[in-house]
Amino acid sequence: MSVDSVFVHKMWNDHELSKMVKGGVPFPMLSDGGGKVGSVFGVYLEDAGVEARGRFIIDPDGVIQGFEVLTPPVGRNVSESIRQIQAFQHVRKSKGTEATPSGWRPGKMTLKPGPDLVGKVWEVWKTKMAFD
Amino acid sequence: MAEEIKAGCARPTGGPVGEKVDVKKETHEPIVKEVKAMVTVGQKAPDFAAPAYHKGKFISVKLSEFLGKWVVLCFYPGDFTFV
Repeated sequence: MSVDSVFVHKMWNDHELSKMVKGGVPFPMLSDGGGKVGSVFGVYLEDAGVEARGRFIIDPDGVIQGFEVLTPPVGRNVSESIRQIQAFQHVRKSKGTEATPSGWRPGKMTLKPGPDLVGKVWEVWKTKMAFD
Repeated sequence: MAEEIKAGCARPTGGPVGEKVDVKKETHEPIVKEVKAMVTVGQKAPDFAAPAYHKGKFISVKLSEFLGKWVVLCFYPGDFTFV
């Protein structure tokens, strides 16, 4: 979503993005003239009249599980967004019985929060696991 | 001659063309501004409807149509930008 019109979206997709991604952008490119939606989400930069690089993960109930907002010159890390979605999906599937520690990726161990784990995280989770 | 400038945004310079602009003295009236709250994690997202371009068609997209699915909503500064 950006403040550009759908006509500009079409030109950008058809003439540039489709040269980077085969078949063009697979998802809807939303138009937010005037930044009304961006304002509600807190990412509309009034002075510049554009929207910051905001990314919101919304679950199947419509609940915002996470967001990240960057100023325009720095791009995002798509792999990290995907990792977060996988983590939120895992936690949701466990119905809240599991939590994913720092650096978690699918297949890595999760934590089962409860009285037995209090003060014992250091025994099961090592700092290097945040980086491997 | 026109000088080359860095990419930026258009803005009004504060007066009609060809007329001197009175520099307004700073007033001490309270600035009434709507308080904009950032959305919060763990809360429902605000619903919206927006025009969209999708696979060759112009459509209307409503966030609530995606209930039951995971959604990634991305904002970006503008088409044809570099990052």
